[in-house]
Amino acid sequence: MSFIFYVLAALSVAGALAAVLLKNTVHCALALTAAFAGLALLFLQLDAQFAGFAQILVYIGAVAILVVFAILLTRGSETPKDGVYSRNWPVGLGVAACVFAVLGWAVLHSMFAFPQGTSAVPVVTVLDIGNALMGRYVLPLEIVALLLTAALIGAVIVAMHEKERPK
Amino acid sequence: MISNADQIFVLLQHWLVSFLPAALQPVAAVLLSVVGIVAVFPTLFALAVWMERKGLGRIQNRLGPNRVGPFGLLQPIADGIKSLTKEDIVPLSADAVVHFMAPVVLVVVVFMGIAVLPIGRNMTLVSMDSGLLFFFAMGASTELSVFMAGWSSRNKYSLLGAMRGVAQMISYEVPLLMSSVAVVMITGSLSLDKIVAAQNQYTSGLPHWYIFTPWGLAGFVMFAIAATAETNRSPFDLPEGESELVAGYFTEYSGFKFALFFLGEYVGMLSISGLGTTLFLGGWSAPLSILGVVPSWIWFFAKVMLSICVFIWVRGTLPRMRQDQLMNFAWKFVLPLTLLNLFVAALWRILGDGWQRWVVCSAILLLAYGLMARIGMYREHIGPRKYRYAE
Amino acid sequence: MTPLAGYLLVAALLFSIGLAGALTRRNAILVLIGIELMLNAANLNLIAFWRYGPHPEALTGMMFAIFSIAVAAAEAAVGLGLVISIHRHAHTTDLDAMNRMKG
Repeated sequence: MSFIFYVLAALSVAGALAAVLLKNTVHCALALTAAFAGLALLFLQLDAQFAGFAQILVYIGAVAILVVFAILLTRGSETPKDGVYSRNWPVGLGVAACVFAVLGWAVLHSMFAFPQGTSAVPVVTVLDIGNALMGRYVLPLEIVALLLTAALIGAVIVAMHEKERPK
Repeated sequence: MISNADQIFVLLQHWLVSFLPAALQPVAAVLLSVVGIVAVFPTLFALAVWMERKGLGRIQNRLGPNRVGPFGLLQPIADGIKSLTKEDIVPLSADAVVHFMAPVVLVVVVFMGIAVLPIGRNMTLVSMDSGLLFFFAMGASTELSVFMAGWSSRNKYSLLGAMRGVAQMISYEVPLLMSSVAVVMITGSLSLDKIVAAQNQYTSGLPHWYIFTPWGLAGFVMFAIAATAETNRSPFDLPEGESELVAGYFTEYSGFKFALFFLGEYVGMLSISGLGTTLFLGGWSAPLSILGVVPSWIWFFAKVMLSICVFIWVRGTLPRMRQDQLMNFAWKFVLPLTLLNLFVAALWRILGDGWQRWVVCSAILLLAYGLMARIGMYREHIGPRKYRYAE
Repeated sequence: MTPLAGYLLVAALLFSIGLAGALTRRNAILVLIGIELMLNAANLNLIAFWRYGPHPEALTGMMFAIFSIAVAAAEAAVGLGLVISIHRHAHTTDLDAMNRMKG
């Protein structure tokens, strides 16, 4: 377990914790960006270059900006009077802790089935990814294209100003 | 024809690194290249600032700075010293951490984008298989710093400027990417080194630069428009419009942080000019094969400075566009044309060598441009003005 | 602890932090932030298994992660559009206040 892995994991977890704990929503969004960056670097450490750069381009370059715009358009930067945590926050925390316990137990108890040590570094060129996208995964590609078009049109329609109906 | 002058920096790097033990050599090589980039690009930034002030002055029928040094050449140094000695004012209600991080993020991200540009033969800092994707990922991260600067200042003008800036940068990112995808499609690789190598061939003395093809010319024009908008330059500089928004998203910055923003903006311009040069103008390859004796890095920097001159020329000549006009332009005109450009580039490849492909591709592009310009951007006929007087 | 176990534990931790955020915050946008964290944790799992799995040259894990990134972006867009639309109607994004079906 290399030192860089610990640093990047600490960055991602710290960013995620800050994103759900901070009071100011814009700070939460910026901490989320730091978590995304940490994850992108983890992808790069796992030799998944295309996925890492796509993560930066899509998540930091688009999703984070989208979240920030939504916060600004819904006046999320004003602190609410009732506090930022909902009424039944212990229940939520308990559920999340149980989920982590179950997942952690599953990982630690099945380590006998994992490959020991690091296997050979897979050399993945963009050409391979292109061939895979156009060959074996062409149907998911087309469906994702359709999904993105539907999401684009849907988001515009949902967030559009409604025309004033004559009363 | 690879002469010593061409590879002088590579040879210098090898010679300097050979003094160190073998274990440290890769790290030292990378560090030397980084030092080189950090030394060269701010110098080019100073040169670009001087060119801008003199050039804009001449276009606007005035002289520009001419007191500090011959022809005002030392003016950027004077400006730098001035910014360093100014007081660094942070507004009381501003968000101190975010306010500090915004210019830092901008400068870091912009310099990282330069790392994949092929500055000369064998002179790419990091030769990655998906280099173009890395560059665009870094470009997308600059929007975040613009927003951080605008929001943390707790100033309505800054926030307005930041929102406009981010909306504009997001809108023009799609045409920027799509016009580069045509180049990637024809070359068959995302690696910037391979794209330059594909353009480094000569037929009867003339180079195979992509700008000399119909789809390449259209792609270059759209890339240039999108690049101007991405770097918030005139005519798309409403987010930092001096006559309207004070200084837009960096209103509340003074002293060294303002200088960092300035540096980030101009180095961003340099790096995106570098990318445009690599994709369309042949990178470090010479215009004619006999001119290949001139070192490759001289050609790269010459083309980049030529692009900067064009940026300055456009800034001095065209009026500023309004925000909704600019977004309309992006989504309804530039984006459909980039998609058509992809189709035309595919046709170019399918039709094979010959004069037919030139005629067909040029005809499709000119027809589409003419139609879209007439129909797509049509507005009602502007009649005589109706005046409303206060009673 | 093998490298793969390390990545899986980090992913599990990120997933539960995202889940805690989605379940305990009032603001609807922070719930969406929690959901994005959960999707990212799943992506990390996919890439880790791709890297340390038996057939990395089949690119299955990487493809799955890339499609997951695309789908997550689409879902974030629509979700945030919904939040903006709700805010326009109810003038608040507080989820505890939106506990009636009547508009």
